[in-house]
Amino acid sequence: MKKEILIGLLIALAIGVFLSPFASKSPDGLDKTAEDLKFSSVSEGKEIVHSLIPDYAMPGVKNESLATSAAGLVGTLAVFGLAYGAGKVMQRKKQKQSL
Amino acid sequence: MHIPDGFLDTKVWAGMSVVTAGTICYATKKVNQKLGERQIPLMGVMGAFIFAAQMINFPVAGGTSGHFLGGALAAILLGPWSAVLVMSANFIVQCLLFQDGGLTALGANIFNMGIIGCLAGYGIYKGISNILGGNKGLLIGGAVAAWCSVMLAATATSIELGISGTVPLKIVLPAMLGVHLLIGLGEAAITVMAISYVLKVRSDIINDVAKV
Repeated sequence: MKKEILIGLLIALAIGVFLSPFASKSPDGLDKTAEDLKFSSVSEGKEIVHSLIPDYAMPGVKNESLATSAAGLVGTLAVFGLAYGAGKVMQRKKQKQSL
Repeated sequence: MHIPDGFLDTKVWAGMSVVTAGTICYATKKVNQKLGERQIPLMGVMGAFIFAAQMINFPVAGGTSGHFLGGALAAILLGPWSAVLVMSANFIVQCLLFQDGGLTALGANIFNMGIIGCLAGYGIYKGISNILGGNKGLLIGGAVAAWCSVMLAATATSIELGISGTVPLKIVLPAMLGVHLLIGLGEAAITVMAISYVLKVRSDIINDVAKV
């Protein structure tokens, strides 16, 4: 099982780090619809939080592809940790309940 | 399809936040009762894959791109309720760390692109794979569930925008469905590829009856 988990994580990291710089830069379905129907300006300046790594580009990294790859690395590991951590917490609660 | 801050009015984003929070609470309860130890690292890997795959926007017609959502796939591999938790983890990280999707719209985004795919997608997948049977049934069920999850996400997003008064529903709905018709095909392709890969290396995950 351990081996497969590692392989799974490595596949995800490979996508997040090596494939991410090749992602299309075109607006996605919602953004394009908002542009076409002229309501994209509604969101301008409305951001509630200012994130550490806006738009999947690591700040301070000049090379655009590297900035994206670095963001992909951080994000993939962050979601891995959060989802794994959520599972761990559940498991602990379950053990407590069964005592 | 991440909704930024400003697109939804207060009643809509607050309402969607409540619905999503309630669903996450229920999912937590379900997972608490039944989660097997083997499932925990799988949740982590699934989350990592969803995040990475969502970064890869693929071009569709007319200067538009689409990206994977993954709710249906996560539910097929993990079970619907653990999938809800994994998808939530993904959208929380995207919102807080990467400014993808507004903080006020977080509940709506988790609902549209996560919960719908996990629950409705899983139901569609189960229905079709039970009727057709075999690995072919699993793949066709996964493909249809994936495509439907994108169309339902686009529908929910349109309805929320319409109720918010951002854009009339009768204008935004056909536009959103038109473009997501194609994006849904990408979702189906990635979902089928992932299911066939897992069937090859770890078919027990897909047929595991202890999924939550």
